[in-house]
Amino acid sequence: MEDVRPEGGAGDKYSLIVPTYNERLNIALIVYLVFKHLRDVDFEIIIVDDGSPDGTQDIVKQLQQVYGDDRILLRARPRKLGLGTAYRHGLKHASGNFVVIMDADLSHHPKYLPSFIKKQQETGASIVTGTRYVKGGGVHGWNLMRKLTSRGANVLAQTFLWPGVSDLTGSFRLYRKSVLEDLINSCVSKGYVFQMEMIVRASRKGYHIEEVPITFVDRVFGSSKLGGSEIVEYLKGLAYLLVTT
Amino acid sequence: MKHIVKIITLLVAISAVWIGLLEMSVVPRSQTWLLPIYFIVSLGCYGLLMVGIGLMHFPTCPQEAVLLQQDIVEAKDFLKQRGVDVNSE
Repeated sequence: MEDVRPEGGAGDKYSLIVPTYNERLNIALIVYLVFKHLRDVDFEIIIVDDGSPDGTQDIVKQLQQVYGDDRILLRARPRKLGLGTAYRHGLKHASGNFVVIMDADLSHHPKYLPSFIKKQQETGASIVTGTRYVKGGGVHGWNLMRKLTSRGANVLAQTFLWPGVSDLTGSFRLYRKSVLEDLINSCVSKGYVFQMEMIVRASRKGYHIEEVPITFVDRVFGSSKLGGSEIVEYLKGLAYLLVTT
Repeated sequence: MKHIVKIITLLVAISAVWIGLLEMSVVPRSQTWLLPIYFIVSLGCYGLLMVGIGLMHFPTCPQEAVLLQQDIVEAKDFLKQRGVDVNSE
């Protein structure tokens, strides 16, 4: 084995892009946990807030007082404009050579960040994606229906798309910045189909993708939804990817 | 090559084998006719089996929820001391 430093490669900087909408409390917890788990790493947190009415931006400003406004960047937008464009917006302001995308609802725990970074350094991968469906990974807080839908969706995608990754809709990922820029410009889907499109296109383009196990604790504060319309969106996304990639 | 083309190519190849079997009558025709149905049924069974296996071995992590609650308490304490307003709404 080569000697690989577990954290903080020389000269590497990581930009964490976190889109928020009404995540007042969660964003504070996330920021604390990121600083706790990434001690010797050069990073910045870019918070793309879509005009949350609950005062998310005020909390972010308070956090900037604590941690410094060079480490926490608030790049707000006037209103809800969608996830895909939030990443694009955050990316414009990213100064790191790697970008991490994560959800603000605490379902993505910052304690896994070091394993993403370590995996990237060990393998030289362009993308490291978090997967819930391997040993060491897992989900908490899903009922049987949700698990069934998730497994069904996964089997469908694996059978028809051959994506080369075990978790398509997870969105906790580390990208080389240039790769994310390339991908984001070729993806048009919305919502969580966007996550699927990103990783399938990356796989088709031949980018080196690695996986690390993550656990997923469903929303602690606030509620998550998965209804019939999500399933229809998913199937449409699947068909779209079949004919365009 | 678009992915759908790959899948169609695969289906065409399978159909070709099937037509070949029909023409050469290696197996009795009456049975060869049923092969596509067997194929679809076994594909469905495979899908159901995979979903079933996936459900049985669905990785869960109840301990993570507990750890997360501890992290939340710790984070709130720290942030409160630093003057960040973390009171729940």
